Amino acid sequence: MIKDRLGKELLFFDGGMGTLLQERGLKPGELPEIWNIEHTEEIFDIHRKYFEAGSDIVLANTFGANALKFHSDEYDLEDIVTAAIVSAKEGANFGVHDGREVYVAMDVGPTGKLLKPMGDLSFEDAYAAFAETMRYGEEAGADLIHIETMSDTYEVKAAVLAAKECTKLPVFVTMIFDEKGKLLTGGDVPSVIAMLEGLRVDALGMNCGLGPEQMLPIIDEVMKYTSLPVIVKPNAGLPKQKDGATYYDVEPEAFAQTMKRVVDMGACVIGGCCGTTPEHIRAMTSACRELAVKEPVKKHRTLVSSYGRAVEIADRPVIIGERINPTGKKKLKKALKDHDMDYILKEAITQQEKGAHILDVNVGLPDIDETAVMAETIKELQSVTSLPLQIDTVSIEAMEAAMRIYNGKPMINSVNGKQESMKQVFPLIQKYGGVVVGLTIDEDGIPDTAEGRLHIAEKIIAEAAKYGIDKKDIVIDVLAMTISSDAEGAKTTLEALKLVRETCGVRTVLGVSNISFGLPFRPAINSNFYTMAMQNGLSAGIVNPSSEDMMRSYDSFCALMGYDENFAHYIKQYGNRTAETKVANAPEASGMTLASAIEKGLKEEAHQITERLAGEMEPLDIINKELVPALDRVGKGFEQGTVFLPQLLMSAEAAKNAFAVIKERFTGEGTLEEDREKVILATVKGDIHDIGKNIVKVLLENYSFDVIDLGKDVPPERIVQKAVEDDVKLVGLSALMTTTVVSMEETIELLRKEKPDCLVMVGGAVLNQEYADMIGADFYGKDAMQSVYYAQKVFGRE
Amino acid sequence: MDARMREAVRYLGYGGHAVDDQTLALIEDSFRELDRAADRRIIYRIFDVISGEADSLAIGKMNIVSRNLRKNLRDCHEALLLGATLGIGVDLLMKRYSLMDMTRAVVLQAAAAAILEEYLDSCQKKIGSELEAEGKYLRPRFSPGYGDFDIRYQDMMLRMLHADKSIGLTMTDSYMLTPAKSVTAVIGISGKKDNCPMQGCEACKKKDCIYRRNT
Repeated sequence: MIKDRLGKELLFFDGGMGTLLQERGLKPGELPEIWNIEHTEEIFDIHRKYFEAGSDIVLANTFGANALKFHSDEYDLEDIVTAAIVSAKEGANFGVHDGREVYVAMDVGPTGKLLKPMGDLSFEDAYAAFAETMRYGEEAGADLIHIETMSDTYEVKAAVLAAKECTKLPVFVTMIFDEKGKLLTGGDVPSVIAMLEGLRVDALGMNCGLGPEQMLPIIDEVMKYTSLPVIVKPNAGLPKQKDGATYYDVEPEAFAQTMKRVVDMGACVIGGCCGTTPEHIRAMTSACRELAVKEPVKKHRTLVSSYGRAVEIADRPVIIGERINPTGKKKLKKALKDHDMDYILKEAITQQEKGAHILDVNVGLPDIDETAVMAETIKELQSVTSLPLQIDTVSIEAMEAAMRIYNGKPMINSVNGKQESMKQVFPLIQKYGGVVVGLTIDEDGIPDTAEGRLHIAEKIIAEAAKYGIDKKDIVIDVLAMTISSDAEGAKTTLEALKLVRETCGVRTVLGVSNISFGLPFRPAINSNFYTMAMQNGLSAGIVNPSSEDMMRSYDSFCALMGYDENFAHYIKQYGNRTAETKVANAPEASGMTLASAIEKGLKEEAHQITERLAGEMEPLDIINKELVPALDRVGKGFEQGTVFLPQLLMSAEAAKNAFAVIKERFTGEGTLEEDREKVILATVKGDIHDIGKNIVKVLLENYSFDVIDLGKDVPPERIVQKAVEDDVKLVGLSALMTTTVVSMEETIELLRKEKPDCLVMVGGAVLNQEYADMIGADFYGKDAMQSVYYAQKVFGRE
Repeated sequence: MDARMREAVRYLGYGGHAVDDQTLALIEDSFRELDRAADRRIIYRIFDVISGEADSLAIGKMNIVSRNLRKNLRDCHEALLLGATLGIGVDLLMKRYSLMDMTRAVVLQAAAAAILEEYLDSCQKKIGSELEAEGKYLRPRFSPGYGDFDIRYQDMMLRMLHADKSIGLTMTDSYMLTPAKSVTAVIGISGKKDNCPMQGCEACKKKDCIYRRNT
């Protein structure tokens, strides 16, 4: 069994396949997998040569054999995969003469498509494509699955889950890193390792992209983080171009010599990728066969990750942003109920800008489908922030749904010392990976003493071990109780923090703000308690990063404890402050009218002047006498070609700021609460460019339309359903390309049938009046202002 | 104002009009931000060109019917296929600003387009000067979607370049490139130095376009 040998002896992969096929006549653009059937003898011959050169594992010719990449009218995918595995197996039978046990790997390459949200392939479809081909591979007799040449952690996660859930085979994964140690999609080494180890792959590493020399620094980085056997499969050097063709020029002997160093650094499965030949592999196996293998060394780093980065919870405390949690937050509750995703996303970006390292995500409300909303929120958040997320829910179903579609290794909030809780949560951590928050509460409640809480922490850690979950993946929450109900509460918490840190050697987490509940001027208590907690061993505080007091505590703590090298962060943050400076900027807006602030597109000033006016004027007067005339003048200017798009938008955003102040001040007084006319906006199915639609949205909102933004790549059915549901009278559709105007036409057709009283305006780069008429639109907006004017006309506002 | 600034201003629809200082500052700042976020990558290969009947031609294994492309490749026995991208980081930045600051999103979009053009121009110049040593000359870039050169050829071009694994360039089912700020193009290679048709924008027949260069 390969698993028994892995990490205990050196194993050798084969080398390149594509290069050899091209030498034998494969044309660029031709599907190499077809050769499994049309040129079986060539494929077989290549495998045989690799086995003879000393390979223990060869990759079957199935790199692009998935339904998303392999399109053939002649051949079934299953036949292609089966033929590939059979050829490799035969290569093994004929090629091995020295009694080595050898293996055939099902080779799984990328789908060639980018996953949502940046591309159009859904995680589920990627999973299905991988699952299908892997089943064929296992059926045909593959000994393991090797997922390789991957650039996207999300795609890899789909592939690993498919391999784990649909086959019983060992799973190897290698990804392409560039010289800076980054994936093409931006991920770094620790983020990749955190996720793959969480998913419990059997071995991991890198292939393609670089030559052996260039891989050395990255191998070094990999070794710092991983506890698993490491695979290294370089190209025969960096690609070079000659006469427009790519070639590689590291010779077999030089390749072999560098691979010796690779083994010395700790890799235990080695081979070659593009440009390497049986000669390279022969040189490599003869140079390395007798080398001692270094057994993988267990690492103890607590890592959470997203697609873009890993965050290590170590001695320097990290900040977990607490703002995406509806408890006690009216606006967020409303946003969740109204499905206002933009509000949540903005909340996330703000916390990131304020310095959060991880974001807590809790969407639990009595009247919503938490599983669906949690999954959607996680997906959306990962399209705007690269911060790792903490999935915070009591619903096991929501937890699993979110963990499954999460891109990276999440933090999970939480498990506790109750058997029932551990029984439900630990299998999920075991399957998907994650760092789990362990609350020190069990069937008997929360212990009053630090020792009692330590005892529960130990119980959680011991139980987790039974699931193969290492304590590096557990952070203990010793719970902060409100001091107004228990005067000793803070002391117990601080003692417990210290005790758990020192006794169990695990990292800790705490919701810091609970402590002051019921007391006046809570920031004072909170920020001081925060400092005390960090001093007693708190590794991750769940706090509000927008609170200046909390951030001062944090920044000061890091400066005082030597976690802020040369005080760089502290100086950047506070360098231009004197002790007495007021936080808010002094108004510079003296003498300016609201109208001119809007016309000039000055957001801050518009905000300040409106604040002042709100004390002097009626809200409707501010709107009708200042705001609207200014917007109208800017709109006219745009139409006449004296004002341009950036200025138009700056004015729109200044006006938006002014509206926000008015809304804040006067909500509930009745005058502003009248029902606004609803307009649906969507970029049609197949189209993923939404900037035009977003411009129209900003302007329509300015003219106080209630915009229902359905996003991009929206199927006709969804648009029509929403129009019917909310009885919407105007829909705006956007499309960028000729290939997606078809979806626009379909949407209009369906609307005519299901919601005949609804008008449709269209816009986008590819459209013109003629085209719009042809697909049956009611109006073509050549620019954003035209859409506003049309909407005003439709609703009789002219 | 440097070339890429001028391009960005043009994409923002200013035509010949002056740009106010606030917007200029925003454009400059967007360039700075993009220079950090953009991960410029290019892949290209040279293939033989064979002209067929009427409007048909073949570039390597790819059979194409397009009068415009054929005209563009007149006298070319070879053509260079290329894919280039600014990477996924720019898309993420765009998405963030679309939420937080639409003005910046729009300016960023224009600046990114200008950076991509600038990058392609510099790559083309470099490749061109290498080829000139062999007495070969590059024609202007011609992309799927121009004139009657169907956007659907993009699929085969990406395959021929292995653009997904080499530079992370892929496309959606509706032939849109992902990451969004990316280009595929054909560049003819000719043995004659002259006989170069006009560059992309100037060649277009839509003379009243507000985005037109040199208006």
